[in-house]
Amino acid sequence: MSAPPVVCTVNLVKIYQDGGVPVPAVRGVDLRVEPGEFVAIMGPSGSGKSTLVHLLGGLDTRTSGEIWLDGKRADTLGESAWALLRRQKIGFVFQFFNLVANMTVADNVELPALLAGASSRQARERREYLLDALGLTDRAAAAPAQLAGGEQQRVALARALANRPRLLLADEPTGNLDSRNTRDVLRLLGEVHREGQTIVLVTHDARVASLADRVVTLLDGQIVDDGAVAAPRRRPRGGVGGVVELRG
Amino acid sequence: MRPFLLALLAKEPAHGYELKQALEQTFGSAYPSPNIGQIYVTLGRLEKDGLVRAVDVEQSNRPNKKVYYLTAAGRESLDSWVDEPTEGPRVRDEFFMKLVLAPMTGIADRTALINRQRRHYLGLMRDLNDLAERTDPGNRVALLLIEGAMLHLQADLEWLDRCQEELG
Repeated sequence: MSAPPVVCTVNLVKIYQDGGVPVPAVRGVDLRVEPGEFVAIMGPSGSGKSTLVHLLGGLDTRTSGEIWLDGKRADTLGESAWALLRRQKIGFVFQFFNLVANMTVADNVELPALLAGASSRQARERREYLLDALGLTDRAAAAPAQLAGGEQQRVALARALANRPRLLLADEPTGNLDSRNTRDVLRLLGEVHREGQTIVLVTHDARVASLADRVVTLLDGQIVDDGAVAAPRRRPRGGVGGVVELRG
Repeated sequence: MRPFLLALLAKEPAHGYELKQALEQTFGSAYPSPNIGQIYVTLGRLEKDGLVRAVDVEQSNRPNKKVYYLTAAGRESLDSWVDEPTEGPRVRDEFFMKLVLAPMTGIADRTALINRQRRHYLGLMRDLNDLAERTDPGNRVALLLIEGAMLHLQADLEWLDRCQEELG
């Protein structure tokens, strides 16, 4: 028997109430993500991208439809059951990082692994690897408040990956980063993905999306495109450098 | 390639192969490596137009090699190339014409066109990511060129979103 999809939604709907006026944010999304897949969710602002990943992470409740995570029905869970599922299976990078303010960077990153029962040595080694990959080794002893926004964002990514979660969910993980730090994040995402990490992330950054196996495009809360990133075309002369020449 | 060769020759006289190497070293893999024949053809044309002058330099045991110098007219031509503002990327490109015209003829619908183009741009972006990874971190010129291409692609993708919102 093959492994169940890591994510499966069936006709997922989210309607917000705005002063008694229903505002549909997600309108009937069927999304299936297989183990090891990297899916980027794109689309204009207001198209429902963030709402969708919040629903997948149990941070918001669906109006109707089903959410299955790792073969288990999740949308019917209560808040505490969701919290447990999240801790066991999901790493989440929020747009606002939600780091624990009175813990150091190192402790923030180690915490999820320790909660999941890793030994302190395993947790430390994983933390050292992740902080190094993200250029944050010398910030390990700092408190979150001492960090710049882009640093906090990278710490949040390290924390989300500490546990090698079944599913990494991220909402604009490079939203606050300059291009050098974005490169570090891209490299790390590529690396963990090659090791088999399943990733679903919302991004408007094409550099991030281009790493994905699949790009899902939302418009007005519905999927309008879902497919593989185009394979590079053959370039007989000039090599990849030809890409750099501006199309005009 | 004409103005590039003029610019390199403004720095110092050189023969064809040296020009090829100078282009490669400056831009790294971010510039398609020029073919030596192409460089000689271009130099021949520049010479015919009086923008460069070739001088034979004797070499022992080998055929003479031609070293090219910039002439005063060449310098003038280079100056006006440098001084002129450079055209920005054209917005009314072929994709835009397809987007506007194809649905009128019933050949394709706009959503399909936009989706295909998005995937294509993302494929290009993936190439650029690979290229950036493989580029020597010390080659700032090449990396800036790649970053510029990435930013253009990013803008193209955001514009596709706008097309999809308005027309899709």
